[in-house]
Amino acid sequence: MHFQRRRLHSKSWCLFVGFQFVEMSSRKLKSNNLKHSECLSQVQRILRERFCHQSLHSNLFGVQVQYKHLIELLKRTAIYGESNSVLIIGPRGSGKTMLINHALKELMEVEEVSENVLQVHLNGLLQINDNIALKEITRQLNLENVVGDKVFGSFAENLSFLLEALKKGDRTSSCPVIFILDEFDLFAHHKNQTLLYNLFDISQSAQTPVAVVGLTCRLDILELLEKRVKSRFSHRQIHLMNSFGFPQYLKIFKEQLSLPAEFPDKLFAEKWNENVQCLSEDRSVREVLQKHFNVSKNLRSLHMLLMLALNRVTSSHPFMTAADLMEANQLCSMDSKANIVHGLSVLEICLIIAMKHLNDIYEEEPFNFQMVYNEFQKFVQRKAHSVYNFEKPVVMKAFEHLQQLELIRPMERTSVNAQREYQLMKLLLDNTQIMNALQKYPNCPTDVRQWATSSLSWL
Amino acid sequence: MKSRQTYSWVGRPLLDPKLHHQTYREMSVKVEGCSTELHIHVGQFVLVEGNDDENPYVAKLVELFEDGSEPRSRKRARVQWFIRFCEVPVCKQHLLGRKPAAQEIFWYDYPACDSNINAETIIGPVQVVALAPDEVIPTDLKNEKTLFVKLSWNEKKFSPLSPELFAQLEKLQEGSPRCQKSVEAKTKNIESPSCTTAERAVKRVESRHSSSKSRPAPTHPVTPRARKRLELSSSPRTPNTRISRQTSWASPDSPRRTKRKAALSEITSPSKRSQPDGLQTPSPARKAPEKTGEIQRRSCAKDDKKVSAERHMTLRPRVPALKTTVLSEERRLTPTRGGRRSSMVPSVILIPENIRKREAEEPEAQDEAVSSRHHTSRKSSLLTLNQIKQQLRFLGKSESDSEDEEFLPAAEIPDSSSEEEEDSTSPLPRTPSGASRNLRSSTKLSLQTPSKTPKKTPKPRTPHHATPRIRSRNLAAQEPASVLEEARLRLHVSAVPESLPCREQEFQDIYNFVESKLLDQTGGCMYISGVPGTGKTATVHEVIRGLQQAAQANDVPPFQYIEVNGMKLTEPHQVYVQILQKLTGQKATAIHAAELLAKRFRTQGSSQETTVLLVDELDLLWTQKQDVMYNLFDWPTHKEARLVVLTIANTMDLPERIMMNRVSSRLGLTRMSFQPYTHSQLQQILGSRLKHLRAFEDDAIQFVARKVAALSGDARRCLDICRRATDICEFSCQKPGSPGLVTVAHLLEAVDEMFSSSYITAIKNSSVLEQSFLRAILAEFRRSGLEEATFQQWLVMFLLE
Repeated sequence: MHFQRRRLHSKSWCLFVGFQFVEMSSRKLKSNNLKHSECLSQVQRILRERFCHQSLHSNLFGVQVQYKHLIELLKRTAIYGESNSVLIIGPRGSGKTMLINHALKELMEVEEVSENVLQVHLNGLLQINDNIALKEITRQLNLENVVGDKVFGSFAENLSFLLEALKKGDRTSSCPVIFILDEFDLFAHHKNQTLLYNLFDISQSAQTPVAVVGLTCRLDILELLEKRVKSRFSHRQIHLMNSFGFPQYLKIFKEQLSLPAEFPDKLFAEKWNENVQCLSEDRSVREVLQKHFNVSKNLRSLHMLLMLALNRVTSSHPFMTAADLMEANQLCSMDSKANIVHGLSVLEICLIIAMKHLNDIYEEEPFNFQMVYNEFQKFVQRKAHSVYNFEKPVVMKAFEHLQQLELIRPMERTSVNAQREYQLMKLLLDNTQIMNALQKYPNCPTDVRQWATSSLSWL
Repeated sequence: MKSRQTYSWVGRPLLDPKLHHQTYREMSVKVEGCSTELHIHVGQFVLVEGNDDENPYVAKLVELFEDGSEPRSRKRARVQWFIRFCEVPVCKQHLLGRKPAAQEIFWYDYPACDSNINAETIIGPVQVVALAPDEVIPTDLKNEKTLFVKLSWNEKKFSPLSPELFAQLEKLQEGSPRCQKSVEAKTKNIESPSCTTAERAVKRVESRHSSSKSRPAPTHPVTPRARKRLELSSSPRTPNTRISRQTSWASPDSPRRTKRKAALSEITSPSKRSQPDGLQTPSPARKAPEKTGEIQRRSCAKDDKKVSAERHMTLRPRVPALKTTVLSEERRLTPTRGGRRSSMVPSVILIPENIRKREAEEPEAQDEAVSSRHHTSRKSSLLTLNQIKQQLRFLGKSESDSEDEEFLPAAEIPDSSSEEEEDSTSPLPRTPSGASRNLRSSTKLSLQTPSKTPKKTPKPRTPHHATPRIRSRNLAAQEPASVLEEARLRLHVSAVPESLPCREQEFQDIYNFVESKLLDQTGGCMYISGVPGTGKTATVHEVIRGLQQAAQANDVPPFQYIEVNGMKLTEPHQVYVQILQKLTGQKATAIHAAELLAKRFRTQGSSQETTVLLVDELDLLWTQKQDVMYNLFDWPTHKEARLVVLTIANTMDLPERIMMNRVSSRLGLTRMSFQPYTHSQLQQILGSRLKHLRAFEDDAIQFVARKVAALSGDARRCLDICRRATDICEFSCQKPGSPGLVTVAHLLEAVDEMFSSSYITAIKNSSVLEQSFLRAILAEFRRSGLEEATFQQWLVMFLLE
């Protein structure tokens, strides 16, 4: 579940951040640079569109071979009525969807194809079982219109209905259908893999010509398929591996930031592009990019970085600088947990430090509230000068707050009759995280800081 | 039912010497408990138990007889059916071209429909009024029990009633009240036709089952009665269960044409005719006196009706005043008749002209219609005359079509006492209830999906005759231009080869198995196993194709082929639904379909031709109780089922592994295992596909064959690799249009692409962070010696690096 949430998250996150700073740039309008600011808003519009949407105008980077393979395959289905099946495999953000969208766009530009091909788009996250998928296919093929007042019946009826429909066709006379299955691996988890079996079976028999294109990030996708399903799959795989090095990465960076030639204000565009060129040669910028590249080759994370940098561009600060990028990089690599720790009270910090010590003593064994409280008591009695000795219910409250913030987690699910003091807990923070957070913690009492660093020496 | 209603003959039996039958004129139905008696006469219109309680079948009683040939003598009746509009197949209802009236019925002009029924299925009399084509059906009737017949239906089109038929019906209308009245005078209380008892409902369910189950295919073999009777005379066997073929009905000709053909053939082959003639003693010489006698009798019958105004009517009573008095009188006696009386007025007027005209034109037709009511002895003489006439007409082609139209329907009516018509109307063994009108179209039966509830749905929710299809393409698919494209097309798995190389032995084994079962008319199971892509399904399809050709050439008996695939089912029990639908076109729920199929395969002689059932992906039909598999393998063990089941699955030891003993025992030991293809076989397959096409180097074909044979022996893989190689060859070739041959290098590339693991490239292309994290995992594994570690431990290792 969590995994799936992440999938959605990665695609929508860019959008969310992108519009935080829009207002700031428009607020500082001055009459003399009105034109200037208009230019800037234009720039921001164009670049944001480029970063957030997978615009089909952008070029493909380093996937020309794969692209040619795919487009040939689709063309053969569309023009010769030859059935095919192919899997596009690559990590997230490697441009699988972009590849297929590009290919389909080019395909549809061919006149003899555009009115001949039917497309069916399915997504494993939306069509979570075969019944829904079948209904969706029927809807997208407009088959319900053909049958008139047909009411959708049971799953079995739908399946036989669709199979019958697809069986009726033959290679030369039927309209080819291109099936695009996004998140293909999720379809492999459907019961018996009925849908996949039938789609592949159609692609292997003299029925309606179909092209089944699966998009997935699972490298072991073939092992997920049942052997009879696997046998029917043509074993064509297109791998997208982000196989570029840092020089290409730099080139992509430049290409993504530069303004197109069609930009209305030529002068500004020229200046902007020059600045981008300068940036790409700047040493600190290269360092930032190298760091980013080493962490992830995902182009989406680069977009994210550029988006954050772009948001700092205002009419008073019209061109992007190396500092902007560094700031953006910091923003990108920020640890959210450390931020939460910054907002804790001194008591809560003390509890976390106590837990840290317990972890050190018992080697990651779980602890309960009573142990933490005892540890805290020891500290207060022996070492503390500034920390007030809180009563137990107050400490308990602070402990619960930590649990709410998900800095600690119970080992088992809370049962009603179990005493809360003795419920086993685990700390979700790393030692280094705690220490880093303490360094930055505002007005941290010295004795607390000492306690944190002292480890076992105080005993 | 018998506890409530007793059927008994009234009057002296008329022994029919040639038939060993005792025919009766009248039957009385006594309903126990209410001391009423219902008399039913020959020639009356009756309601017969059918599938639907609300709308029982309507028929005209032609003959009542005691079937002495049966061990316990049974009361039988021969009827002429009428059909309700709702019984007409949905897909053909539009042929009427207008909205049917509520009480409209149609003369069922379809000789193949079984007319011999159990007399005890008759519910009671009903009123039927014949209307001339230009008359409108009265709608303001109080009596809903009166039915109107205006058109006839022969499963192909609606046509007006032929005049002689019309006249005959009209006469019946006149005749029936007389009988009816006497009956009613005797009985105080008339059982209404719609009155149903609980027992009857139960029985109806049964009959519904039987009727749906025994629905024959259009190409049903039909027993000629002549043969049946000959058998009867030799041995006292039941006439109802004999089945043989009458191929003339198998032809998709219109009934008219087949009829004519049959008539012709009978004339031209006197030997065939002679036997029934010999049995049915009458000579043509007797015809003339008979005719006059008949006319006299008719006038007598009219005279008998002096009680009422019937006689006035024959004298064209257009005087309303007179009519009303009649009406009142009638009403007092028979309240239910009133409506009908009034409706009769317009219809009666037309009769005399009709009769006169017809009499002038074709006296024998009229004669026939009249005489059929009482005398069966004159049948053959009339028939011969009829046939001579027909023969003449057939020879003299200048006759107008309208004449033809007029004549032929009359000749086709099953009760027109034409010998051969009657013969063709007993296509099926009688089921206990007997009142099944068998030869209805499949659509009608599927409409009345045999659910246990008496209510039938007016329309199936999903019209399964709707044929969904992907819209056809606007532009024709391009034909392959180059050699490589042609090769690619031939290498596609879907391309059906002319022959299946390398599976000759398996083909022969399966063929022999199925053929022997077909010839012996028995059933059996066969289990075929093999890894995917070894041509199991293709071989079976090839066998079936071969057998179908053989069946067309009459080398083997015809059979019905059904295919189900476990993967194309949503749930194991759906297999019943699929089989039933493919077998009969019916739709039913899984449970009900299982019942119907079990009944079909287990009852005596219910299926005429052998059914070959292919069950692909058998392992998916596994259920906890294994009832699906059990049934599939149990049906063929019944002698009557004539079912050959071919099952296909991937694993060789499936019967031992997942099946219970009782299931695997029924599956039997007829096993066949498809071995994975060897490299030489794969080479042969590729060679046969690329026959006369120079696209691949010989070495290349050998290379790929060896490679695939070593990996899996999957022919699909082999073809896919070759297809991919043609792509690569085309890409790599610089000048388009003249690509070279596919070489080993191309194939090697294709093989690598398909089989090489992508992990290494994936790791190579991952980011520095990801790579070092993998290193950290490895280091932690080495350190701990365990295969599992927490993220915290990895992180420590990662930071140490």
